[in-house]
Amino acid sequence: MNARRTALWLFGAALLVAPAFLMSGYRLFQLTSMAVYAVAILGLDIVTGYTGQVSLGHGAFYAIGAYTGAILMTQFGWPYWATLPAGGAAAALVGYAVGFPALRLTGPYLALVTYALAVAVPQILRARALESWTGGAQGIVVTAPDPPAFLPLSQDAYLYLFTLAVAALLFLLARNMLSGRQLRAMIAVRDHALAAEAAGIDIARVKTRAFAVSAGITGVAGALGAIVVQFVAPDSFAATLSIALFVGLVVGGSASLPGALAGAAFVQFVPNLAETVNKSAPGVIYGVLLVAALYLMPSGVAGALRRTLPARLRTSTSPGKATPLPNKGATIHVD
Amino acid sequence: MIGFLHQTLSGLATGAIYAAVALALVMVYRATHHLNFAQGEMATFSTYIALSLIQAGAPYWVAFVLTALFSFVLGFALERLLLRRFAEAPGLTAVGVSIGLLLIFNALSGWLFGFTVKQFPSPFESGGVVLGGLVSAHEIGMVGVTLIVLLAVYAFFRFTPLGLAMRAAAANPASSRLVGIRVGRMLALGWGLAAVLGSIAGMMVAPVVFLDPNMMFGILLYAFAGALLGGIDNPAGAVIGGFAVGVIENLGGAYLVGTELKLTLALIIIAAVLVLRPAGLFGRIVVARV
Amino acid sequence: MWTRRTLLATATAASLAPLGRARAAAMPGVTATSIKIGNTNPHSGPASSYGAIANAEVAFFKMVNDQGGIGGRMIDFITLDDAYSPPKTVEQTRKLVEQEGVAFLFNSLGTPTQTAVRAYLNSRKVPQLFISTGADKWADPEHFPWTMGWQPSYRTEATIYAKYIQHEKPSGRIGVLYQNDDFGKDYLLGLKDGFGAAYDRMVIKEVSYETTDPTIDSQVVTLQSSGADVLVTAATPKWAAQTIRKAAELNWKPLHFMSNVSVSVGSVLKPAGLENAAGLITGAYLKDATDKRWDNDPGMQQWRQFMAKYMPGADLTDGNHVFGYGVSVTLMQVLKQCGDDLSRANIMKQAASLDNEEVPTLLPGIRVSTSATNFHPIRAMQLQRWTGSTWDLFGDVITA
Repeated sequence: MNARRTALWLFGAALLVAPAFLMSGYRLFQLTSMAVYAVAILGLDIVTGYTGQVSLGHGAFYAIGAYTGAILMTQFGWPYWATLPAGGAAAALVGYAVGFPALRLTGPYLALVTYALAVAVPQILRARALESWTGGAQGIVVTAPDPPAFLPLSQDAYLYLFTLAVAALLFLLARNMLSGRQLRAMIAVRDHALAAEAAGIDIARVKTRAFAVSAGITGVAGALGAIVVQFVAPDSFAATLSIALFVGLVVGGSASLPGALAGAAFVQFVPNLAETVNKSAPGVIYGVLLVAALYLMPSGVAGALRRTLPARLRTSTSPGKATPLPNKGATIHVD
Repeated sequence: MIGFLHQTLSGLATGAIYAAVALALVMVYRATHHLNFAQGEMATFSTYIALSLIQAGAPYWVAFVLTALFSFVLGFALERLLLRRFAEAPGLTAVGVSIGLLLIFNALSGWLFGFTVKQFPSPFESGGVVLGGLVSAHEIGMVGVTLIVLLAVYAFFRFTPLGLAMRAAAANPASSRLVGIRVGRMLALGWGLAAVLGSIAGMMVAPVVFLDPNMMFGILLYAFAGALLGGIDNPAGAVIGGFAVGVIENLGGAYLVGTELKLTLALIIIAAVLVLRPAGLFGRIVVARV
Repeated sequence: MWTRRTLLATATAASLAPLGRARAAAMPGVTATSIKIGNTNPHSGPASSYGAIANAEVAFFKMVNDQGGIGGRMIDFITLDDAYSPPKTVEQTRKLVEQEGVAFLFNSLGTPTQTAVRAYLNSRKVPQLFISTGADKWADPEHFPWTMGWQPSYRTEATIYAKYIQHEKPSGRIGVLYQNDDFGKDYLLGLKDGFGAAYDRMVIKEVSYETTDPTIDSQVVTLQSSGADVLVTAATPKWAAQTIRKAAELNWKPLHFMSNVSVSVGSVLKPAGLENAAGLITGAYLKDATDKRWDNDPGMQQWRQFMAKYMPGADLTDGNHVFGYGVSVTLMQVLKQCGDDLSRANIMKQAASLDNEEVPTLLPGIRVSTSATNFHPIRAMQLQRWTGSTWDLFGDVITA
């Protein structure tokens, strides 16, 4: 079994690395973008999927990571790889600050606050007070790194492999974090907050920490995105980005690591597909697909696969249940 | 000082917009205990229907009533045919579906009616200058309509058995079923009525801000801020909250944070209310039973 | 005999083959019968009203193909949606260049979006031709020899307003209302160019708005109470219409200059109220489709015939269609000048050697000229005033 497992892992790794040597620059760019989205959605998954706190504003943390990276590279001469942890840390810090008050509330309120944050991001980025750093509406042009001299790779192939390595590292980290006590505490908070509290779990602390880690991972994705796209501007981080990440999470399957990958594929490729079906209204198709996916696959693409694949091929990375139970605590009104 | 007064008055006029939309948000929250992120886009879509009717030759008030009816059917049908299937789904899915509807209605408006900014007629146009032009005749009319709608909503929930049944169905579905309330139908009714309020808000707002598919994008957030400030389950509170946000936004923009961070101000209002007084200024405190 | 002919044919083919290959390599996107042109445009999302430009261009190239193409080649025009989001623009542009293999990019839209792909296109030496943005930074042949705009820049336009104000109303107290992004801020720069040292004395109030603001009543009230008697508005259509109407409601009648992206009768003046807009001044370079003056103008008749045949049912008051037609005509001139050498280098070279070209939808006296150092194809405008029912051109054509 173990040998077989190793073989399976090696095969998977080879499958992921192969495109770097087989595909054209444009296709590689698409795959790289998809890997960046996968990391961003992974971040969102930790707070929304596992801890059950709906965030519609993760585009904001993505933007913070992207801008931190771009500023450090262009104004402080940091090497590109060093900007990733910095971007993540900056986003985690802001995530903690936002999450601290917002997460004391349950239900749709966090969604509302984070949605407002998502809508406000572009104008905050353009604000005059920050202009000397952010470049205002003009944004910042970033130069993508060349591959190290000893690697016979194109820039696109190198960026793809670099992104892939970072993504793999973060997925592994997340997998380790999402196990044992930590995971049980998060799921308990999600599925029955009151019972979790009664069992001695410090709900606010679990939520706030999850939110900070989540924002941090999405921030790393943002810093990666800045390197890959080679440009950051307020218009790159409109509310539609936050919505896209959320849609990716829901369609891919929440509380599931492979789900983040499936969701990233949806976000990356479906708009292009929708455009070829109907030029005048890709939004309609996108929206209809989202609702249809929710209806037909309540636990996302990952959940649907889990049910159809034979047991021995199932991934072991998605503990907990496929479908979170409705969170219906009884409430009473006190006049 | 004159400038201050002017900003306050013009803030009240803008606040009327938020108040009208906030009422619709409160309606759907009272009926379903969900926030509907698609409320704004549905209202925009209804407003386009109204414009098409008017362009086809219908008198304004006929178009108004027909649009309200259409919106009721739209909201009712959405709940019965679509949202009901997600009734047992977790909160994440509910938000997901409302985001999906937001995308669909936004794209549909652009697809069917185009993206060019359009003028929308007002029934209150008088041509005369009111209060030195700080408030237009339409804006006064809009305040009147908002107050009438508010009274109607209040009376509906307070005095009619149907209103009581709806409140019960939202607050405690299980017990409501036991006393014979058809909870599913109440939910659909709530969606229908919320869509009606949204369409009225849309038709009142459009003459001021002009009609385009993204008309409600910014407004929705200010309206949420207003609704939360006043109390998300209190219609009168939401209306007062809407007016307050309009004034705060104007005065804050003109004298405090500058015009470039007005929306950020709305964000801060939302966050502050949720942290300091989650029930809003006039809402009832909800206590969870352990 | 038979053998000899075969031999000859084979020999010819053999000697021609490397030549053909070399030409294909030097002229990407071009075959003996076609030329492939790419474009990105917001067909979805908040800026989708600009999609009309690309739609006009699709129709225009269909017309060209119906008339036999250009130099015997059919035009294969591909426009992709970028939803006005820079990362998407990068992806779609790379698709056009690497996947579709277009010869060049034509009239792609948006300042942030085109900034995102400028370095990429220049490093690959792919022409980024006649892009649809009025930012001033595009005319920089020294650093970006593969990038060129078309319309007069916002900064040029604002400079023209400043010059007019200095001349006509030297003691004016000026208020500026601008959209808080690159578009609006270019107007501030242009006014600074025009007023020079006098800027701080003349401009007494600058107020910005955000595209998420539902109304800009508050800003107009602020400007009025500042005591300004000249107003320069750099706004997109929806907010332009609101500004005009609010000023009228306040019974405030400053000398009002409006950015020329927002003077469409259909989408700005009508919603704002035609009489409310009376006295409004703007700089124009395109003929206005609603202006009766051009009813018998050969250029506009040509445009009307095109609209009737290739865009039936489209909104004739939408200036985007006039714009799309004009920029496409300019491109046809470039391709004509290229002759049979449709290499990227030659396309760029010919685009930079336009000599006083007349374009049917441009105002009389406004021509398109470029050179190796001048990447501003149009740099002249004429002022016009709204009478309440029509635009009235006045003064001379002004070159900034």
